[in-house]
Amino acid sequence: MSDQALIPGWEVVIGLEVHAELATATKMFSSALNQFGGQPNTNVDPVSLGLPGSLPVLNEKAVELAIRVGLALDCTIQRSVFARKNYFYPDMPKDFQISQYDLPINGVGSLELPDGRRIGIERAHLEEDTGKSTHVGGGGRIHEAGHSLIDYNRSGVPLIEIVSAPDMRCAEEARAYVSELRAILVAIGASDGKMEEGSMRVDCNVSVRREGTSELGTRCEVKNINSLRSMGRAIEYEARRQVDLLESGEKVQQQTRHWNEDDGRTHKLRSKEEAYDYRYFPEPDLVPVEPSDEWIAEIRAALPMLPRERRQRLAVAAGVEPQATALTVERGMDDLAVDTIAAGADATRVLVHVENNLADGVGELTAASFASLVAMEAGGDLTATQAKTVLADLVATGGDPAAHAASHGFEAMDTSELEALVDRLIAEHPDDWAGYVGGDDRERRRKSGFFVGQVMRATQGQADGRIVNDLLARRAAEQGG
Amino acid sequence: MTSPEIPRLSRDDVAHVANLARLTLSDEELDAFTGQLADVLDHAADIEALDLDDVPPMANPLPLVNVLRPDVPVSTEDAAKADAAAGFRAEVLAAAPSVEDGRFRVPPVLGEAP
Repeated sequence: MSDQALIPGWEVVIGLEVHAELATATKMFSSALNQFGGQPNTNVDPVSLGLPGSLPVLNEKAVELAIRVGLALDCTIQRSVFARKNYFYPDMPKDFQISQYDLPINGVGSLELPDGRRIGIERAHLEEDTGKSTHVGGGGRIHEAGHSLIDYNRSGVPLIEIVSAPDMRCAEEARAYVSELRAILVAIGASDGKMEEGSMRVDCNVSVRREGTSELGTRCEVKNINSLRSMGRAIEYEARRQVDLLESGEKVQQQTRHWNEDDGRTHKLRSKEEAYDYRYFPEPDLVPVEPSDEWIAEIRAALPMLPRERRQRLAVAAGVEPQATALTVERGMDDLAVDTIAAGADATRVLVHVENNLADGVGELTAASFASLVAMEAGGDLTATQAKTVLADLVATGGDPAAHAASHGFEAMDTSELEALVDRLIAEHPDDWAGYVGGDDRERRRKSGFFVGQVMRATQGQADGRIVNDLLARRAAEQGG
Repeated sequence: MTSPEIPRLSRDDVAHVANLARLTLSDEELDAFTGQLADVLDHAADIEALDLDDVPPMANPLPLVNVLRPDVPVSTEDAAKADAAAGFRAEVLAAAPSVEDGRFRVPPVLGEAP
């Protein structure tokens, strides 16, 4: 996160609404399959088509997953009521969406970014997804389309809508928030978090204000964001647009705006006056949800380690700041890193390898072989480049790093180096050497153990003990011992 | 008995609500419904005038909470059920005014979904 303002003299204020499809087997209110892809209108039933007389029955798993999300975001889990949000659109055949309004299942919470900053969560509520429209003719543009085609496979898929507080100040921070939120949703099994398949969608509320002021500016909501990259671009464009308006003496109008990926701009969709009047009221076909303390405790106990806890664990193991472990945890390689460090490997080298050389996955690499490799590198048997090559072999086929190094002709320690080391150790430890040369068999064995140990320590275990013993015997013979 | 703070429902309010509900009302209907809806709201205002601070808002008249179903899909291994599902799809598509590529064809939409 940069301390540098995106636009000098101005502060950008960002709040995000993230919709994530919950990973249930069936829909929110009926037993039709919740499944991405597939032939159009195959995962439908009277409820997801909004046929008259059909009645919703709430999916227990959707509630459980929503509670998992609430717990992971430190939200208050509370009694909740479903509400009808009324509007007309062909992707929603019953002419209202079942959502939650004044009583969401998850109240206020927060999310901690890898750098330790906390972003407030205002609520995280349950609602159903709509069908999918394809606009035909006019190059897919809505206003020029000849007609639209509707597939209701997505209609009624359970969603969690997570609403942040306006706590973010730049596009990079918004990206960090969405990345962390996605990592949490995936970790707890609530959603697959795939933005490209639309199972996670982000709307951005953007406003600007003069640096040093505290009153919020008029905001615009930006929709149609399909990737983290577009989100960053959309926020930067929208902030710039609002600052330009204000600096030229105009006002920002409260609007819903549509991000256009092709021209890199946001376009007005609706003004405040044209905003929808949803006429929310309690859904009479559903009763309130009041999760018991026992159920919430059960769900909490079954939660896996969250990304922030994984970062903390690796940070402690590696002796670094949690932020330095973010990429390793993001790649899901923290278990390997923790085990490799526990096997004695130098933590800094382990993290460097994970960040620079394991972007494509760990393959057949194990903690033991990784630790041996790092020891070889640390002992000077392999250069950084050689270590990278051997690491790639370990990922591809597993096995012993020394064997891979040998097959590439990467010489381990050459004998002259080892000789020099032994000579140095003899010179540094004259009493031990005297014991070796002049002692009885028992004393000689003891002292040979000492020298081999010293060599191993100096070479990070990379020297061959037998060769060291041979060298010691030769030196002793040369001295007539 | 009407609450003095709440202005009486106007004909324009009714026209607005009718428009939101996509209802076309004649002038006579607007007049008639303005009176009727205003009476309904007057009744709501009467209730609002009561001291109900200790009464929790009621979301549903049934004395029930947590009516949940297990997350189990309709079995497609059961041939009869699979046939029924395929039959249902064919039936609803056949009932639509227009269908293209297994999807419901609708007139051009005049904007993005809200």
